[in-house]
Amino acid sequence: MSLVGINKSFGPVRANRDIDLSVQRGTVHGIVGENGAGKSTLMSILYGFYTADSGTIHVSGKQVSITDSRHALALGIGMVHQHFMLVDNFSVIENVVLGAEDSALLGPTLSKAREQLKQLAKDYGLEVDPDALIEDLSVGQQQRVEILKALYRGADILILDEPTGVLTPAEADHLFRILKTLRDEGKTIILITHKLREIMAITDEVSVMRQGTMVKTLQTAETSPEELAELMVGRRVLLEVDKKPASPGKVMLEVENLVVTDDFGIPRVKNISFQVRAGEIVGVAGVAGNGQSELLEAISGMRDQTLGSVKVNGESISAFGDDGAARLRDAGLAHVPEDRLREGLVTTLLEWENSILGYHNSYGTGLGLDVGKAKAEAAERIEKFDIRPANTALKTANFSGGNQQKIVLAREMERNPDVLIVGQPTRGVDIGAIEFIHKQIIAMRDAGKAILLVSVELDEIRSLSDRILVLFDGEIVGEADPATADEGTLGLLMAGVHESTTPKNEAETEARLPEHVTPIEKTLTEMSPRVEKDNSQ
Amino acid sequence: MTLTKFTSAIAGGVALGAILAGSAFADPALIYDGGGKFDKSFNESAYNGAEMYKKETGNSYSDLEITGDAQREQAIRQFATKGFSPIIIPGFSWATALTTVAPDFPDTHFVIIDSVVDLPNVRSVVFKEQEGSYLVGILAAMKSESGKIGVVPAFNFDLLEAFACGYKEGAKSVNPDIDVLETYVGAGFEAFNDPGKATEVTKSQLDQGVDVVFQVAGGAGAGVLQAASDAGKYGIGVDSNQNYLHPGHVLTSMVKRVDVAAYNAMMDELNGTWSAGTVVLGLAEEGVGAAFDDNNADLITPEMKAAVDDATAKIISGDIVVHDYREDKACPV
Amino acid sequence: MSTRVPLPRWVDVALLPVLNVMLAFLIGGIVVMLVGQNPLDAVGIMIYGAFGYGSGFGYTLYYTTDFIFAGLAVSVAYQAGLFNIGPEGQAYVAGLGVILVALALNGLPWLITVPAMIVAGGLFGAAWAFIPGYLQAKRGSHIVITTILFNFIAVSMMGYIISKHLKPVGVNSDESAPIDAVSRVPQLNVFWDLFKHSPVNISFILALLALVGVYWLVWRTKFGFAMRVLGQNPTAARYAGISNSRMIMITMALAGALAGMVAVNNVGGVQGRLILNFVSGAGFVGVAVAFMGKGHPFGVALSALLFGALYQGGQELAFSMPGITREMIVTIQALVILFTGAMGDMLRPPLERVFFKPPNPSSAEGG
Repeated sequence: MSLVGINKSFGPVRANRDIDLSVQRGTVHGIVGENGAGKSTLMSILYGFYTADSGTIHVSGKQVSITDSRHALALGIGMVHQHFMLVDNFSVIENVVLGAEDSALLGPTLSKAREQLKQLAKDYGLEVDPDALIEDLSVGQQQRVEILKALYRGADILILDEPTGVLTPAEADHLFRILKTLRDEGKTIILITHKLREIMAITDEVSVMRQGTMVKTLQTAETSPEELAELMVGRRVLLEVDKKPASPGKVMLEVENLVVTDDFGIPRVKNISFQVRAGEIVGVAGVAGNGQSELLEAISGMRDQTLGSVKVNGESISAFGDDGAARLRDAGLAHVPEDRLREGLVTTLLEWENSILGYHNSYGTGLGLDVGKAKAEAAERIEKFDIRPANTALKTANFSGGNQQKIVLAREMERNPDVLIVGQPTRGVDIGAIEFIHKQIIAMRDAGKAILLVSVELDEIRSLSDRILVLFDGEIVGEADPATADEGTLGLLMAGVHESTTPKNEAETEARLPEHVTPIEKTLTEMSPRVEKDNSQ
Repeated sequence: MTLTKFTSAIAGGVALGAILAGSAFADPALIYDGGGKFDKSFNESAYNGAEMYKKETGNSYSDLEITGDAQREQAIRQFATKGFSPIIIPGFSWATALTTVAPDFPDTHFVIIDSVVDLPNVRSVVFKEQEGSYLVGILAAMKSESGKIGVVPAFNFDLLEAFACGYKEGAKSVNPDIDVLETYVGAGFEAFNDPGKATEVTKSQLDQGVDVVFQVAGGAGAGVLQAASDAGKYGIGVDSNQNYLHPGHVLTSMVKRVDVAAYNAMMDELNGTWSAGTVVLGLAEEGVGAAFDDNNADLITPEMKAAVDDATAKIISGDIVVHDYREDKACPV
Repeated sequence: MSTRVPLPRWVDVALLPVLNVMLAFLIGGIVVMLVGQNPLDAVGIMIYGAFGYGSGFGYTLYYTTDFIFAGLAVSVAYQAGLFNIGPEGQAYVAGLGVILVALALNGLPWLITVPAMIVAGGLFGAAWAFIPGYLQAKRGSHIVITTILFNFIAVSMMGYIISKHLKPVGVNSDESAPIDAVSRVPQLNVFWDLFKHSPVNISFILALLALVGVYWLVWRTKFGFAMRVLGQNPTAARYAGISNSRMIMITMALAGALAGMVAVNNVGGVQGRLILNFVSGAGFVGVAVAFMGKGHPFGVALSALLFGALYQGGQELAFSMPGITREMIVTIQALVILFTGAMGDMLRPPLERVFFKPPNPSSAEGG
């Protein structure tokens, strides 16, 4: 399969410029690039979501024009999206045949599909119970359903867009085993990712994109992560974080017996207690969806705590009510939220307006807002954090992800807080900015701030943290020292496997009940009468 | 559209305005109340009077519908400024606006219907609605087999209560035990324009066993008559003769000769016999009455007709005095 | 990726609305032609009626006053992400406040009564809007639904109060006792003969002040900042510690107070008494005005003037062109609302092609 001279513009933005790419049959081909490099656009053209402004696509030597995804499927191209496109309350088999039914009657299609699924499962190690409902499956299993969907439709070329973002290391390994089997069976895999480790681990060839252009295609065996990073960013990048040993001071943030429920009343944080001292970074590791978001939201006042207390600088702060975040800020707690677009920024407002978000009441006396002061301080921060473009009057949506994140960081750091809680500081941020953001977080620590860091990037947690807490199913299942803990140990903890509840098959895990019922655990049991689903396997 | 065309359009408009302002028509004008020209009722009756005048004399007249209260004064003033006379405004809602504008145009004649404005250049025409309603009440009570009849006023409002009260009195004069249900369409003037709601309200009455319904809801009354007809029961029209709307299912109509009032005003002006002051039109003046025509001939028995004739004679002679709700805001029955 | 190509600002705020209005008139013109009238003449009459002579212009400004207040009542709420469909009812209930104060102070000079009417109208309107705000903030009842229902409740409640309690003996139509001339909101023709026989009054000046005030509030105060954050991104508002429930209640009260000024214009000024259903749709036009004006006071001012001109021009047209009925004028007004509001972006794609700029080689986007 090859692409020749692909161009695609969205208005004034040229997402793809003269892209040439050829992928050999029966290989795993990686495509790496920073966010916004044009990877997803290119794949969407291949899959028929967009039509290229110019350029040609060749599949098996023949020139084709792909106008929609059905067409792509007919040519044997299937795609597994970053966000799964599954109907939650349908069974696996129903999802697989959805849109590919042979006739108006479902029966024959289903029995045919059942046979085929059995065959596919045998050939590629893609075991999934065909009659399970999607909503009952773990994320990794759902992803397998997506792959099955593509294969069922006869895909020879499989495109996977950031497939490991939601997976545990073990699940990712499982996925890679599946991909290898698929390759060995003659399928072609295109893997889009920004994780260089994965590229090195699984791909045969790798293409690097930068700012809409194809920089280079390399044999994976002949390159190194450092070289790829340099190609992606266009300059030398330091992948390791350089930091001095921590010198923890007094306790600045103290969380005691915290219980937090989600919007449906299901407990997501279950009786968590920990402390963060001045001058240390405490990292919270865990697979996405194990209570990290709710933990951050509750500590920062974005979500009501059901039980427990949060003390900032020794003082217990009531975070209850929809203005709890303001009280916590006043107490010296700053928060860089996990999702800057949804939580940390109002992208339709201007840069200077976002630069005062949460602190706007300290600008101006009385009713009036001191716009002059706000703009002046925003300009200072732009200078200090090298935010580009350096324009306080630009709509925040027009900044790149990295610069948006810098706006948030600058705002939260420059208020000189005692406690800084940071969620996913480098999600969707390009490598150059990651380096800068990491340095800033370390600098805050060295300035004696207490920092709580939550990230799904295990590498990030390990390189930044002074202590690591592992969160699984709303509980802290272990603490590790980043200097000694290896990835395997952490991975097991993240998967819910730890000494006190020695494993275990799924049934046993689900049936597990606390031996000593504390009052809080009793409350928790009452709050969620049904047994929590185990999403780790 | 180019700029030049725009300018010429403006110029055209200005010129037209100037022509209209400059010429002195002595034509009559008619400004309808909120319900609008073709309400099949009160306003349409006035329109019919004007059409009658136009047909008979060959003279023309102008008319206008308004869209809000703020336009009342404006509309009267526009016609007066441009020399129309008489200016006929059916509806009591005009009283305040007319009181304000009429003194500014002492040479223009105004006719207000359903309200009294005591000014030297205003003729006020009011009706004894209770008398006509008494007659249709008699017919309703005689027609009813269930012993339950209904009345649907647009909303709780003195003038409409006068209809309802006369109707009740008439019905009880035939059958003292008769049950008269009264349900409003809505709460304000917009109820006059809500036939859908009127249908619902009527259906509810029919469900309770009512078999004759008197509509006192102007434009919304069409919904009352429709519902009664659909259920195979009888409706009674109001203001205009509405017997033709659902032949065989409109028992009769309480006609209020707004058309006559409008026609007379126009003719008087033409003949130079126009006069100010209050004109009260009752049964004696043939200003109100029950409508009999081919459409309802089969529904009216000779006994019914005789009862109506008898009551008419007694009301005219003064033997029967039908109570006017407006006098004491109460209904004796 | 569905990001729109940004149009040059002047195209977005000026050319697009103008083209939309012209398109509406084009279709309106076809309607006029269908009934055998000359559409150019009709446009001429409408423009003449709206701007051509003092009293006509006065009427235009009178309607504009109502539409500015109603439009601001929608816009202010919209800035906080609230869709206030209730200015109609809020203005109606405010009429009660205005008339109660005016009748209590009847006979006093307007310099005393008018501020009192403004305060009372504002308070009553605010109270009527506060209830849906409270229900949204504390009980989660959707504000669109509650404000619509509160319009109906207002109609029934006011109908009852007017006909059963405020109506003086011996008056036929459902209305309150009149306010003495000295105590009414003075009409502009007292000061300026140009507006003779037109109802435009000092409320118009108040409307202009309200436009400036709303601009200041939204873009130059802490409260306005919080309001906009809430309106654009409620999650970020919570993140920033902006109390969602408090903001909703205050903003709705503020919107209601603005809607209440419609009552000052009509009850306190034009009619000098409380008439049944005096708002007659101005509150609903406010929704269209706010949308056409994109919630910005400047846009609200322009679209309110456009609708004011349409209303007065439409009346002139009905008066001058016998073939044109009330319904046809409503049709034309509705076309303007349709093209500028609901289908306001219909002409955007062709304009985007016209104003397409060659790609900037240094910027690229994907993902």
